[in-house]
Amino acid sequence: MAAPTAKQNSAFFAVIAVLVFMSVGPVLLMFVNSFKLDVDIISGSTGLIFLPTIQNYETALCDVLWYEPEHLDFCALKFGGAFINSLIIALISTVLTLIIGCMAAYALVRFRFMGRDTVSLSTLMVRMVPPAVLLVPVFGLWNNEFCLDRDGLVGGAIREAFGGRGDVCLAGTHSGIILIYVAMNLPFVIWILQSFIVQVPRSLEEAARVDGAGPFQVFFKVVLPLIKPGLAAAAIFTFRIAWNEYLLASALSDRDTKTVPILIVNNMSEFNVEWGVIMATGMLLAIPPIIFTLLASRQIITGMTAGAVKG
Amino acid sequence: MRTAMANRLTPYLFMAPAAIIMALALMYPLGYMIWGSFREWNPSQTIGEAEFVGLKNYIFLWNDPNFHESLGVTLKFAFFVVTIEMVIGVGLALLLDRDIRGMSFLRTMFILPMMIAPVVVGLMWRYMYHPTVGTFNRTLDGLGIPTVDWLGQYALMSVIIADIWQWTPFIFILALAALQSLPRSALEAARIDGATPWQQIIHIKLPLMMPVLIVTALLRLIDAFKVLEVILVMTEGGPGLSTEILALRISRTATEFRELGVAAAMSNYLLILLLLLTVGMFAFNRWQEARAAKLHAQVEEEA
Repeated sequence: MAAPTAKQNSAFFAVIAVLVFMSVGPVLLMFVNSFKLDVDIISGSTGLIFLPTIQNYETALCDVLWYEPEHLDFCALKFGGAFINSLIIALISTVLTLIIGCMAAYALVRFRFMGRDTVSLSTLMVRMVPPAVLLVPVFGLWNNEFCLDRDGLVGGAIREAFGGRGDVCLAGTHSGIILIYVAMNLPFVIWILQSFIVQVPRSLEEAARVDGAGPFQVFFKVVLPLIKPGLAAAAIFTFRIAWNEYLLASALSDRDTKTVPILIVNNMSEFNVEWGVIMATGMLLAIPPIIFTLLASRQIITGMTAGAVKG
Repeated sequence: MRTAMANRLTPYLFMAPAAIIMALALMYPLGYMIWGSFREWNPSQTIGEAEFVGLKNYIFLWNDPNFHESLGVTLKFAFFVVTIEMVIGVGLALLLDRDIRGMSFLRTMFILPMMIAPVVVGLMWRYMYHPTVGTFNRTLDGLGIPTVDWLGQYALMSVIIADIWQWTPFIFILALAALQSLPRSALEAARIDGATPWQQIIHIKLPLMMPVLIVTALLRLIDAFKVLEVILVMTEGGPGLSTEILALRISRTATEFRELGVAAAMSNYLLILLLLLTVGMFAFNRWQEARAAKLHAQVEEEA
């Protein structure tokens, strides 16, 4: 190809600049607005001339702050607690999904359990199931079936330790939400990790085995370090879903296990929206994924393309 | 002897946790849902207490105008979203397929909308669409153009625009990856033969990209049926039923109307629909792949 002329190049840069502006613009807008008072947002002194304030963030995080913000009489939003819930749920379910998914992917590849076609077909099938479809059965099961009898040994012990009444059920606990997230993410993680494990040379594993390593040692000491990029991609995708999910969490959580998305939706549906505060909570929810994007965009793209291009 | 035994057991040990969790938390719930869809079931009952009513829920939905409306909205949403995103995404990929600096920056910035929580995306767009304080109407007002009732009269369009904003980058990135893995020799040969850029795109690039594009479209289509939070936050399904997609209707039937049986039956209808679409696309993909392989070989031979 003839060397692109300077003029052509600047045209492309212009296109790219516009595209970047379009995709980042709304996020920036939210970022800016989260530092404005509601008065400033509504009066719309259009622009960047305003006095930035962290008051919105103080309102949102009032239950975990070490001091009492001056403008608040009463801490209504329990955002801090929800943030901690979200963190616990997202982190634990990511770690569990990775460990379990990794082992399964390894078994599928090395011991030829099922053909790759079967695996990708079943992944696709599971991916097809919308979370809304799981809503009804999960609600029913987690509340009624996945329970420990309160008169039983374990159930009784839990009731004694934590109080409450009725049988001990999965619904309303962190583990209940974690279980469904792990199950939802497993097929995708297995699928992605498979495509990385296939590339690990067999001879390396055999060498380790000759040196006397057992199957578990081979897996943890030889295979795992080699598929780190795949693990990173899988981890980000799992974390993203667990961190962002609203519907199932809202059906399964109770007062103490609410996650951040639930809080945002609950505060949105009221008639009079406090834009500043809600944008501050939105921003706080968006920060971890934004950090991942900036740090690991290459892994994210790998994960995304591995899904479709290698199929 | 013991090692041999351990070796034989290893694959099962490695598979077991995943198999157990998926059986318990995916397969069992799906079966449970099918079972529940034949019952008159409200949230205060266990499934055993609920009365068995046969196909009543399915027949009720089949004749329910609200369900039809909702189904129509879902299909419209999915169709427009996938079509428009494919056209824009692939178009941009074809336009920007060259080695210039700034590309990786663009890609990084492009992933951002996909990574952010749907709830937050809905929140941002609800603000921008706001009739008085929103960005769009303020801009229109500033320019002296009459304002638009984004989330009222044009709610479905507005929701579609928000989805396009969030997901076009996905298609762009996949299409770009596909473009950059095309055989250079074929493109080189076409250029030497004097094919215009348009001819190259239509006769070489697009046909060779087709398998990837189909998978991409399929993934987007599946995800379009899953969209819920964005719409819930932006419009709550309204005004009227104009943006109430099926996922949203299922969750409302279950939580607001407290009819779990009907919600389960609706979930089943949605699953059947998705299954048909997926199988259809999968078959089409197989056929296309075979064709592309033939084309590939042909092009390679000529080059």
